Amino acid sequence: MTISTPTMRKVPTGVPGLDTITKGGFPEGRAVVVAGTAGSAKSVMAAQFLKGGIEAGEPGVFVTCEETNASIRDNLRGFGWDVAAWESDGLWAFVDATRSLDGASIQAGSYDLEALLARIRATVNRLGATRIVIDSLDGLFEQFNRDVHFRNELQRVITRLSDLRVTTLLTTERDSEYGAPSRRGVEEFLTDNLILLRNVLTDEKRRRTVEIVKFRGTSHGTGEFGFSVNGSGISVIPHLDITDDRVLTDERITSGNTKLDSMVDGGLFRDSIALVSGAAGTGKTLLMTSFVAAGVALGERCLVFAFEERREQLIRNARGWGVDFEAMERDGLLKIVAVYPEIATLEDHLVAISNLVEEYRPTRVAVDSLSALERVGTGDGFRKFVVSLCATFKHRGLTAMLTSTTPTFLGGTSHSESHLSTVTDLIVLLRHSEVAGILRRGLMVLKMRGSRHDKEVREFTVDSLGMHIGEVSTHPIMVPGELPQMPADGDDDQGPDTG
Amino acid sequence: MQEYVFELYVAGDGLRSRTAVEVLNRMCEDRLAGRHELTVIDVHLHPERAERAKILATPTLLRRYPTPEVRIIGDLGLTRSVLAQLGVPVDGAPTVSKSQEDT
Repeated sequence: MTISTPTMRKVPTGVPGLDTITKGGFPEGRAVVVAGTAGSAKSVMAAQFLKGGIEAGEPGVFVTCEETNASIRDNLRGFGWDVAAWESDGLWAFVDATRSLDGASIQAGSYDLEALLARIRATVNRLGATRIVIDSLDGLFEQFNRDVHFRNELQRVITRLSDLRVTTLLTTERDSEYGAPSRRGVEEFLTDNLILLRNVLTDEKRRRTVEIVKFRGTSHGTGEFGFSVNGSGISVIPHLDITDDRVLTDERITSGNTKLDSMVDGGLFRDSIALVSGAAGTGKTLLMTSFVAAGVALGERCLVFAFEERREQLIRNARGWGVDFEAMERDGLLKIVAVYPEIATLEDHLVAISNLVEEYRPTRVAVDSLSALERVGTGDGFRKFVVSLCATFKHRGLTAMLTSTTPTFLGGTSHSESHLSTVTDLIVLLRHSEVAGILRRGLMVLKMRGSRHDKEVREFTVDSLGMHIGEVSTHPIMVPGELPQMPADGDDDQGPDTG
Repeated sequence: MQEYVFELYVAGDGLRSRTAVEVLNRMCEDRLAGRHELTVIDVHLHPERAERAKILATPTLLRRYPTPEVRIIGDLGLTRSVLAQLGVPVDGAPTVSKSQEDT
């Protein structure tokens, strides 16, 4: 039993986001067990831990118990990690603890694992390594009788490794996502530090999560955190605090529609997130297009994520409203990224968006539509995604406009939108309604955080110059709380039934 | 090249190592009478040799020749079946009787 001490040092994990939830990394000089089912990315995390050390100039030793050195090099090349180069630079070394395939192996009498320990120790000393990975414990178990003697020996080896003042990451395989922490039911006793990786399939949607079960003697984040495995390894998505201590700006910028600006008392706040909600065909993409065009006109860089329409379609729509997206892209002030939502998990999308924002450094960003991504994840996963996405934008102080194609906003029946409303600063509702044989379009500002705003429903028209917001509507286009459930295509809206 | 080539991997010169060396020496003298070559390797002094041979446990007896390789892990209780695995003559083995082996 270790007494809790605030002075326990931690080493960076090398995995983006994981340092946040581990509050600084893995406990230095200790052993951490990473357990997960087959395909839960244990080996990737293990290798990335060594990579993290290497990037800080600290060599690492990879003890492989299942895969050959060559296949590990091959697998990791897929992430752009050149293990062979690290090996020749003395930054990475393998200890091959795989089963020897040359002939029979028989156990006769008592033994110890001193040879394995001696090999690891010699390699650590040769490199001056500070990190060790053993991948996996199960691979070792397969080679010996799984008796008390073997487990005691393994425990002794791991204890001896900590005498070397290295931080060790051990992997072990689990049979189920929410069952016993490990297959043999013993590995968790080997260490005071246990991390679980999950790869859960819910409603035909896959979600990867990481959970820190225990870090003896030091604090850590609790619960499951989503993570993504992408072209550059694992990225963990910490729950960012959206109410950070960053000073909010009073600076107003144009939304791209002067009438809307005046409805919210002078424009959007520079570091705010606007949500435009409405059924298909109500003008959400148009508002988004104006928002982007206004930014470009001021020389601001804009980034558009299109999840609903193809790039060509988006460009054609914009041209119909007199906006030339292609020219803006040529001028380097606009980047349109069209992605089919189903190609990746929400966590993958989040990491990709976040990386692009980091790389392109836009002043304005638009997501059209957010609701298209709801198909990819389950309720809670989507909620966390939205919160993390908004936090990502907020932390960078940029202006974001998100669209949502959900027909039941005011009814409050949509799980996602009730969460959207708490993380967004401005909510604009767009509705259309057939009144006495005429299609009428209405717009209202549902909320504007930190500012006075119009409470009226105004009618608007759309032509080749864009959206024209007019007078306060005298027609029942929308009645809060009593909107009918409209189909997603929104073309047969019968108007609210107030009877 | 001898008829039998053995490598015995031990850790230090503790009791377990010495027992393994003694047992193996006696077996070679009794049964192979000079037709063998035995190298004792201390993994603490030569971890790189343990690395090359992929040795995890000590003591490990590795029969290099005749091929294929055979590994005996443990302090070598030289029963008839272990001797048989090593391809060493077992007739008249004093430690294990015929009847015990059959059961």
